[in-house]
Amino acid sequence: MFSRAYSTRDVFAEMNRLQQELQQYLDHTPSIRGLSQSFPAINAGSTEQSVDIYAFVPGVDPASLDVQIEKGVLTIAGERKAENVPEKATLHVDERFAGRFRRVVTLPDDVESTTAQARYSDGVLHISLPRKEAVQPRRIAIQ
Amino acid sequence: MSEQTVKTIAAAREATTLLPAVDVIEDASGITLFADMPGVPRDKFDLQVGNDTLTLEGEVSLDMPTQMKATHAEVTLARYRRVFTLSKELDTGKVSAELNHGVLKVRIPKAEHVQPRKVSITVH
Repeated sequence: MFSRAYSTRDVFAEMNRLQQELQQYLDHTPSIRGLSQSFPAINAGSTEQSVDIYAFVPGVDPASLDVQIEKGVLTIAGERKAENVPEKATLHVDERFAGRFRRVVTLPDDVESTTAQARYSDGVLHISLPRKEAVQPRRIAIQ
Repeated sequence: MSEQTVKTIAAAREATTLLPAVDVIEDASGITLFADMPGVPRDKFDLQVGNDTLTLEGEVSLDMPTQMKATHAEVTLARYRRVFTLSKELDTGKVSAELNHGVLKVRIPKAEHVQPRKVSITVH
């Protein structure tokens, strides 16, 4: 009943797209697909001032997210409930992740976990960890 | 631009999109679709209903510091797109959508004449 519309589009573009999708499955290259992918998907980046982690965790009550930093390891855990399927209704497609999840990220040594900030908007959890003040090289005097 | 160029651009755009994961639930009065599209703000959604297709599109817009270097990326594209073919009994004029923390919920009711109606039996 639901399938992608092929009729009006360039057949070659569709073939390219199918090939790319297949490749993504075979390679396990990152995509937001629920199947065989870890949930939530995570992107990370860094600047000279901070390390930023983005977890794509849509449809979750931010209060129920458990974000912890312990010994340089960041853990994001929580639960996403399956959509309620009423009686006499049919579930045709079921791709979205449901259940408990937990992802762990090892942080670089030079971040300050005590002043980390976390925000949740549009289904993305953004954790920003400032880097420690640059440690100046010190000369040790010989007595 | 020639027609061919337009087609090539459209094809290139098509090839560089994420496929959002969806759940589709059908009940007696219509279909409810949930699509995971995290990172897309409300104004970057494009939901189009044609005669027989439903197109979901959205552009990811993250709050990123300038000069940030990506060190690890699992979401490597910034646009979601997915097209569904609708069947005749769905009432495309009455599609409604709501957004909840990056999950788009689309409700497509069935046309009234195909909704089940209880026929009462009169006893004489």
